Amino acid sequence: MEIGHEIICAKNLGKVFDGNVKALTDCDLSIKAGEVVAIIGPSGSGKSTLLRCLNLMEIPTSGTILFNGVELTGKKVNIDEQRQKMGMVFQHFNLFPHKTVLQNIMLAPVTLKKRTKAEAKKKALELLERIGLSDKADTYPNMLSGGQKQRIAIIRALAMEPEVMLFDEPTSALDPEMVGEVLDLMRRLADLGMTMVVVTHEMGFAREVADRVIFMDEGKMIEENTPKELFEHPKNPRTQLFLSKVL
Amino acid sequence: MLYGLFDGMSPSNFFNFSFLPKYLSFFVQGVEYTLLLSVVSVAMAVLPALLLALMRLSKWKPVKWLSGAYIAVFRSTPLMVQLYIIYYGLFSVIKIQPYTIFGFIDISRFIPGVVALALNSSAYVAEIFRAGILAVDAGQMEAARSLGLSKFQGMKLIVLPQAIKNILPALANELVTMVKESSICSILGMAELIWGAKTVATTTYKTLSPYVLAAFIYFLINFPASKGIEAIERRMRRGDRA
Repeated sequence: MEIGHEIICAKNLGKVFDGNVKALTDCDLSIKAGEVVAIIGPSGSGKSTLLRCLNLMEIPTSGTILFNGVELTGKKVNIDEQRQKMGMVFQHFNLFPHKTVLQNIMLAPVTLKKRTKAEAKKKALELLERIGLSDKADTYPNMLSGGQKQRIAIIRALAMEPEVMLFDEPTSALDPEMVGEVLDLMRRLADLGMTMVVVTHEMGFAREVADRVIFMDEGKMIEENTPKELFEHPKNPRTQLFLSKVL
Repeated sequence: MLYGLFDGMSPSNFFNFSFLPKYLSFFVQGVEYTLLLSVVSVAMAVLPALLLALMRLSKWKPVKWLSGAYIAVFRSTPLMVQLYIIYYGLFSVIKIQPYTIFGFIDISRFIPGVVALALNSSAYVAEIFRAGILAVDAGQMEAARSLGLSKFQGMKLIVLPQAIKNILPALANELVTMVKESSICSILGMAELIWGAKTVATTTYKTLSPYVLAAFIYFLINFPASKGIEAIERRMRRGDRA
């Protein structure tokens, strides 16, 4: 896929939680249009914090983030407006349990007046069709399997037609037999040219789908490279140690 | 001697309801007054309570503190004192002309009573709301915000509709409590159930049985109500959608 202009540019990102827990130190991150970037590393290394800083789910305590040239960390920015263009997928799906699948997908586009109800419904049904879950439109989330929930969470985010999708360990809460269907959907999304930042423990996915892999440890970006280079010739000893444990 | 000590508690004193034919209206109107007082007070408490709860959950310190202070004051002082202060303090400034509705409710007493009970109740209901909101998984608000919804939209469309399930049974329990607590209003001459019993007791010199009857009536209202709430709670929990 063609790699284009820079969509996200984060500089010197730092995050210190209450009680002086340093979650992130001096992270510089650049994401270009159409790029798939995987972030890997041991648990507690700050991968999720870095991802969650990108749409200000977590407010960084230092540094700047530019999204399409708009400084998200600036004072005057309307973060809600910017977030409409940044989809996010969570480890625990976070579907709205009191809404049907269709209502889950339609809620944001209709509430934020991006689309009329009829248009939103048409688009939602199209998306459901594409993931083969049309028959679940009027079902409540509790009736679905984990894999189905996560796929619906993904298209719920896609319904807003975001420019970038942020995935926060999307398969970590799934039973092993359901990981595949979610990764398949993400792979299709990548093939369609979606810009994606994926925090993941799925090394196979990172290796096959990502254009670039970032290894993090102790809140720092230790090493970043193409998957081939990073997995086959890791330069940093910490990366080597981590990969020797997980591969 | 010892036997004489328990004289007053003989069954004939407990269950002597010979006053009933003549004084029944005191109890009937008393129940109506009590129910009206409780329902109106709790209903009036709902909106201020929601506001207090949202303030308490706010990140903005002064707002959070203000709400916390209100809740602390109203929960840590006796309702009777609050009632006195509001009746003799606030409502000596705001004068309400005596006016009777439904034939037995004098609004110059009823309104101060409702205000005192509602102010008190809003502190308790605020905590019910707060607990109900906090019981909704934080991921729900995050998902809403990640789609571009504002905090207000997330609260209104996603969090509160889910919190209501936790809130409603507790709110119904607050009403049951209020039916009992509102008896305090008898000290200011509001013609609710205890006032009725007291009036009958002093007029007929039957010092025990009117109160026994009042207790029985309170029980008849509150016990089935509590059981009903429990049943609804159980049903809601079964229908929980994860």
